[in-house]
This record gives sequence, C-alpha cells and structure tokens, in this order.
Amino acid sequence: MKDFRRIALFALLIGAVPFFTQSGVVLNFVMTALYACLLSQAWNVLGGFGGQFSFGHALFFGTGAYVQAIAQMQWGLSPWVALPLAMAFAAGVGAFVGAASFRYGLKGSYFALVTLAFAEVFRIVATSVPFTGAGVGLMLPLQESAANMQFANRSGFIWLMLGLVTLALCVTAWLKASRFGAYLQAVRDNEDAARAIGVNPFKVKLVATILSGGLMGAGGAFYVQVFQYIDPGIAFGSHTSVEALVGAIVGGLGTLWGPLLGAVSLHILADLTRNLFGQLPGINMVIYGVVLIGIVMFLPRGIAGLGTITPLQWLRGNKPVDGEKP
Amino acid sequence: MLDLNILFPSVLNGITTGAVYALIALGLTLIYGVLHIINFAHGAALMVALYGVYMLKEKLGVDPYLALPIMVPAMFVLGYALQRGIINRASHGKDENILLVTLGLSIVLENLALLFFKSDTRSIDTAYTLTTIEIGPAFIALPKLVAFAGALVVSAVLLLIVQKTDLGRAIRAVSKEKQGARLMGIDVDHVYAMCFGLGLASLGAAACFLLPAYYVNPQVGNGFVLVAFTIVVLGGMGSFAGALLGGLLIGVVESLGGLLLGESLGQVGIFVIFIVVLMFRPQGFFGAKA
Repeated sequence: MKDFRRIALFALLIGAVPFFTQSGVVLNFVMTALYACLLSQAWNVLGGFGGQFSFGHALFFGTGAYVQAIAQMQWGLSPWVALPLAMAFAAGVGAFVGAASFRYGLKGSYFALVTLAFAEVFRIVATSVPFTGAGVGLMLPLQESAANMQFANRSGFIWLMLGLVTLALCVTAWLKASRFGAYLQAVRDNEDAARAIGVNPFKVKLVATILSGGLMGAGGAFYVQVFQYIDPGIAFGSHTSVEALVGAIVGGLGTLWGPLLGAVSLHILADLTRNLFGQLPGINMVIYGVVLIGIVMFLPRGIAGLGTITPLQWLRGNKPVDGEKP
Repeated sequence: MLDLNILFPSVLNGITTGAVYALIALGLTLIYGVLHIINFAHGAALMVALYGVYMLKEKLGVDPYLALPIMVPAMFVLGYALQRGIINRASHGKDENILLVTLGLSIVLENLALLFFKSDTRSIDTAYTLTTIEIGPAFIALPKLVAFAGALVVSAVLLLIVQKTDLGRAIRAVSKEKQGARLMGIDVDHVYAMCFGLGLASLGAAACFLLPAYYVNPQVGNGFVLVAFTIVVLGGMGSFAGALLGGLLIGVVESLGGLLLGESLGQVGIFVIFIVVLMFRPQGFFGAKA
C-alpha cells in the first residue's frame, strides 16, 4: 500500500507543475521526461520483472501509434476512443509474439532476436501496404481542442502523459505486491524451479508481454497525438526500443522507481550533451550506448541499486564469478 | 509466365549475394559456437570494416582487394581488443550482460559513424565495378563473382584453422567444456578473444569483397545483421557448413522473393523464415540438438 501512496503523491506533485510555471522549456522537459518514463516502465514490466529482454519493443510502440492515427483518420473515431484501442491492439500483438515465442521455449538471446525480427517485419510491411501511408507516413490533421486530444499548450499533454505513467507505475506496484508478480519474478529467477512448485511459466510470461505491450502502445499513441505524424522508421525503428531498454537498465531492472530515475537521468544527460555539442547527429545515441555499457560494467543493478549495496559488495559484485557460464 | 531466362539469372544473382551473406554469417557463427552468445555488434563491426575499406580507397587509393592484408589483421586486432577489454570485463559471467554490452557497442559504433561520416550513402568507383560476365542467359557483375570465390576461400581457411591448428583445438575444447579446458592449461579468456578476433577478421575480408559492388552508410550493418542471424539460426548455431549453405539459400530466397513480390517485400521472406525456424527448429538444420 505504501507504494500506491507514493505513486499518488508523485502524480499530485508532477500534476501541479503546470500551475506554478508557464515556461515552455520546463513544461516541455516534463512532458518528454514523462514520455521516456512510460517507455522504460513498459519495458521494465517484461524485461525487469519477467527477465525477458526484448530488443524490439518498437513493435508495440509502432502498433499503438499506427492504430491511434488510423482509428482517427480512417475509421473516424475520437482520439479518446482510439487510445484504449491502440493499447488493446499493441497488447494483442504482445499476446501473439509472446504466445509464439514462449510456446517454443525461446528465451535469452533468442527472444531478443525474435522481437527484433518481428519489429523489422512490421517496419517493412508498414512501408509496403497502403493503409499505413507506406513510406510517406500518416499526418494527423491539426484540430486543436481537448476533444481531439490536441491541447493548445503543454499542460494538457502533461496531464494525459502523467495519467499513463501513473497507470504504468500502478501496474509495476501491483507486480511487486501481488501473487502474479511473485510468480513472474520466480520464473525470471529460475524457470525450472518455478515450474516445479506449480507456476505455469508460459502463462505468466505471456501476461507480462501483454501488459508490457499495451503500455508501450500507449506511448506510441501519445507520440502521434503530440507530433501528429508517424512513419515506418519512427514507428518500428530500433531507436525507440533502445531508449526504452536503456532507461530501464540504467535505472534498475525490476524496481518501481528505477526506470523513472533512469529515463529522467538519461533525458537530462541528452539535453546536456545537446547544449554542449549542439545538434550533432547521433551524439545522443553514442551517449546512450556508452552509458549502457558503463552501467552493465560498473552498476549491474542500476542507479536504484546504489542505495542497497555497500561499496565493498559493489567491488565484489564486480568480479566475474568463476565457474558460471560465460 | 516465369521462364528460365528470368529465373536463372535471379537464382544466380541470389547465390552470389548469398555467398557474401555466408561470409558475414561465418564470423557470427564462430563467435556463437564458442562464446554461446549472440554478438549484436556484428553488423556495426561490418559497417566499421566497410568504412575502413572506403577510406583506404578514397584517401590512399588502395584497391579494395589489395586492402585485404590491411583490413583482415586490423579487424582481428579490433575484435580481440573489444572482447578482452570491454565485453569480457562487463559480462560478470552473465549471458544477458554480454547481450546488452554488444548491443551498446553497436549503438556506439553506428552513431559514431553517423557523427563522422553523416548519413550519406557512399560507394567507390573501380575499373571493374561495372564489368559483367556472361554465364548462359545471365550477366553477373565481376565483383559479385569475386565475392563468391572469396567467401568460399575464407570459409575454407576458417575451417582449416578450427580443425587443424592448436588454436582450433583449443577453441573446440573451450566450446565443449570450458572448465575442463581451463584445467588442461588453456587460457580461456585468450581463446574467447581470439574467436572474437577471427570473427571480426572475416568481416574485414567480407568488407573488401563487398564494397566494390555495394555501398556504405552508418546503418548498413542493420540490414546484414538480421540476415546473418537468420543464416546462423537456419544453419545451426556454430556450424560452418550450415552457415555457408544457409547463406546461399537465403540469398536465393531474397532474390526470388524480390522477383515475385517486389523489392521491399522480398526481404520479408527472410524474416519469416527466421521467425519460423526460430520457433520450430531453433537448433537449425545442421546444429546439434540443444
């Protein structure tokens, strides 16, 4: 219950920000940071709690984004109806990919590869079929009003995003506290042992993929509402998958606040480099890659793990354990 | 509708492309076979090698084929250093960590290339770029034929190294039983790094054969990396013969897919094969039962 109280406090604090400042820089920062948090938190559900490392989470992001755009432009639905629909579609894709992969016992690098391949298939299909606008992409007509989920200023988007992040945090808190979450973590830590005590690993991992996919789909839908444009490269390109994954790993896998911490720190880092080096192409991703390697090398438990270990343990934990598989 | 005059050139074209794919997959399968880990930085390393060949040609005027004795050792050293200096050190003995570190490496390399070379697609001009050779009803570009022959030679060399040399014996020992190999006095970390070096060295060779008929840009590795993974999975992780045959097969599938479904959808065929094989026969066609 303590976690849910903290989440409520967090939502209230961030939700109040637009009342205290009208600064576009601050509001924009809050919005994009929240967006990064959602992606990382979504990845964390499957990667952190489930131990299944997906390298193709853009698959769910892109599905959500395209459904959000197509539902409005071609089916004439309100964006407020399209959003849950986009999440449902992304969750459905999660169910399909999860069922297909886990049914055949794919794990570790195989699972990472198969998600990557699915994202790539979707990207190529999106470039080739007409209803996604092919390579040109889809442009959402500009109609500023709350009913169209196109807010005149950033605060509307902040509250919308905050709602989604709060939802993701609640899912995570539930994973920490519930029986299902315990099953999921048991499967992550030792699948055979979990099966021996009666957990169904297939079902547990499948549900985690669906939850993770749905949340990631919400991120895609949000992207379309803010930028009003989507194309196959943005939707299914590896950039989004990497951003989600790095944020979660930097912050701390399988923790409630870690992905939030990781996403925000990366975001600040990215802003700083932009100020230092200007708009050099690729510099952000270079930093992301270096941070990812550095964290895996020196802080395997992420920023959130800093408080839980003593420096001595940190030094010990850094030595490769002999006798384990490479 | 499809007569032999269209089909034959397409298959031939697929085989020559497939040979290059096989060359890239050979390095990947060697690394996998011993380290039991998928090198996500493989595509990025190929991209680095391609830029190496490009720079040698543009700045120093070195012919791509003559760049072989420079690129192969250079990539070997890079691979050895990456494995010893970064990947091994960061792994803490966990598979997931190697996965993440090689992913991180690929992100860094790819975007450094973007930083230095911008996203322009570059290619080189040689006297033989446009030379074609007639085989029956088909015309094949000379660089592609050379690449085909090169792929066969490199795989033969790799096979010889693994089967006949002391290093090869050590590599096979480590891949089967790491602890036992260590007890026999084999420096396991050194063998790992040698494997990584050999894997990247074969990419150096691949780059020299590839560039005269191809192009380079920072993202060029991405296209190859999934194809190479597909081949490795198809042929069986760690199997050289599997990688060679898988490469040729994938090349033909891509070429025929492009002929029948159009250029962009032709690639989908590869990924569909990949997903299907991963699900139904993850040990591949030549690999040992997992």
